[in-house]
Amino acid sequence: MINKVISSIASAVKDIPDGATVMIGGFGEAGSPTALIHGLIDQGAKELTVINNNTGNGEVGLAALIASGRVKKMICSYPRSSHSKVFPDLYRAGEIMLEIVPQGTLAERIRAGGAGIPAFYTATTVNTPLAEGKEIRRIDGRDYVLEYGLKADYALIKCEKADRLGNLIYNKTARNFNPIMCTAANITIVQARKIVDVGGLEPENVITPNIFVNRVVEVANPVIESDLVAEGISYP
Amino acid sequence: MTGCINGWTREQMAMRAARDIPDGSYVNLGIGIPELVAKFVPDGREFIYHTENGLLGMGPEPAPGEEDSELINAGKKAVTALPGASFFHHGDSFTMIRGGHIDVCVLGAMQISQHGDLANWSTGAKGAIPAVGGAMDLVAGVKTIFVISQHTTKNGAAKLVEKCSYPLTGKQVVTRIFSDLAIIDVTPEGFRVRELAPGIGFEEVCAKTDAPLLPLEET
Repeated sequence: MINKVISSIASAVKDIPDGATVMIGGFGEAGSPTALIHGLIDQGAKELTVINNNTGNGEVGLAALIASGRVKKMICSYPRSSHSKVFPDLYRAGEIMLEIVPQGTLAERIRAGGAGIPAFYTATTVNTPLAEGKEIRRIDGRDYVLEYGLKADYALIKCEKADRLGNLIYNKTARNFNPIMCTAANITIVQARKIVDVGGLEPENVITPNIFVNRVVEVANPVIESDLVAEGISYP
Repeated sequence: MTGCINGWTREQMAMRAARDIPDGSYVNLGIGIPELVAKFVPDGREFIYHTENGLLGMGPEPAPGEEDSELINAGKKAVTALPGASFFHHGDSFTMIRGGHIDVCVLGAMQISQHGDLANWSTGAKGAIPAVGGAMDLVAGVKTIFVISQHTTKNGAAKLVEKCSYPLTGKQVVTRIFSDLAIIDVTPEGFRVRELAPGIGFEEVCAKTDAPLLPLEET
């Protein structure tokens, strides 16, 4: 019988090694798999390359992972947050690398990575500093930049409901990068607010088909990062 | 800001921009003053708002206490979803943008050149943290790019310039600028005043613009 449900966060993230490339879903706090990130902090893997749109909030979740010194490089579109100084301080100190990628190019690189497409051309960044050193190709009279697909060793994902096979549905704008990241990682680990019986998700409504998912952990009452930030909590 | 007779307020700039968006447009609003455009949809028109973090049919901010941390806009503020709205992932969201499906985008600016080049993501200063978000995708993919911005910086430096000194977001992308002093079109001949704000003369706008400025066209 297929059963992707794992009983604890610790065992779900246990095998992530030093040096791994990890995609982490979410846009700001919406859709951030904060429980899995905290599990990764506890687990201790270091020298990580992390792909996320941002760099976390306050001193919890991704910001806490960065603050713990475990992240060697961030690949993101917007490494600023009104509630976090963690990344800027480390970046200015030269202690973390940054690859800045426009948000749509980041999304498409992830989508391409998951879809088996090694590279694509896009008009985004043409004539800007972010296109420097990249191949430009003129197609039908317009210039495009060559961008490469992105893959990861692991993806950490948050969803609303999952079943034991790994079918997923999301909640509102917490969907964001999560479905495409599920497709682009060797091992996709999901924190679900609720695990339902197989058949409990309407096939027409499944957003991530189970083929893209490896492990599911139920986190019934996930923390809300902005609440933790407001309370001045830092992790661990 | 009532009683302001010299120039337009933020709200009036937003109202002017909203007036120039056709009925039925799919619209993406940048963070800051552009967000105010949604408050001034002219009577009889319907716009559908897209926010790049995965919502088409975005509504206004919720009543206090009704905020949902999983229902936010690209500025990470709480919003609502109107009847007829849809949620989707980032791949689809930027298919809408890059694929040319969004009609109008209203953005803020640090500098705009006379040819419509836009700089709004980085000053390029040493030690600055580069942060681009979706701005480059929007200017590359959306059909019409409007800018709403104060005419000058807080220190009085011109934002409308011959050539941007800051790193570009996109080249030849802006078509119309709504500032506190004037509405200005980017034309093949350069900046042209389309409308002056109350109490503002052409000479004053010229003095605060670091590029040649063509006067109102006689109609």
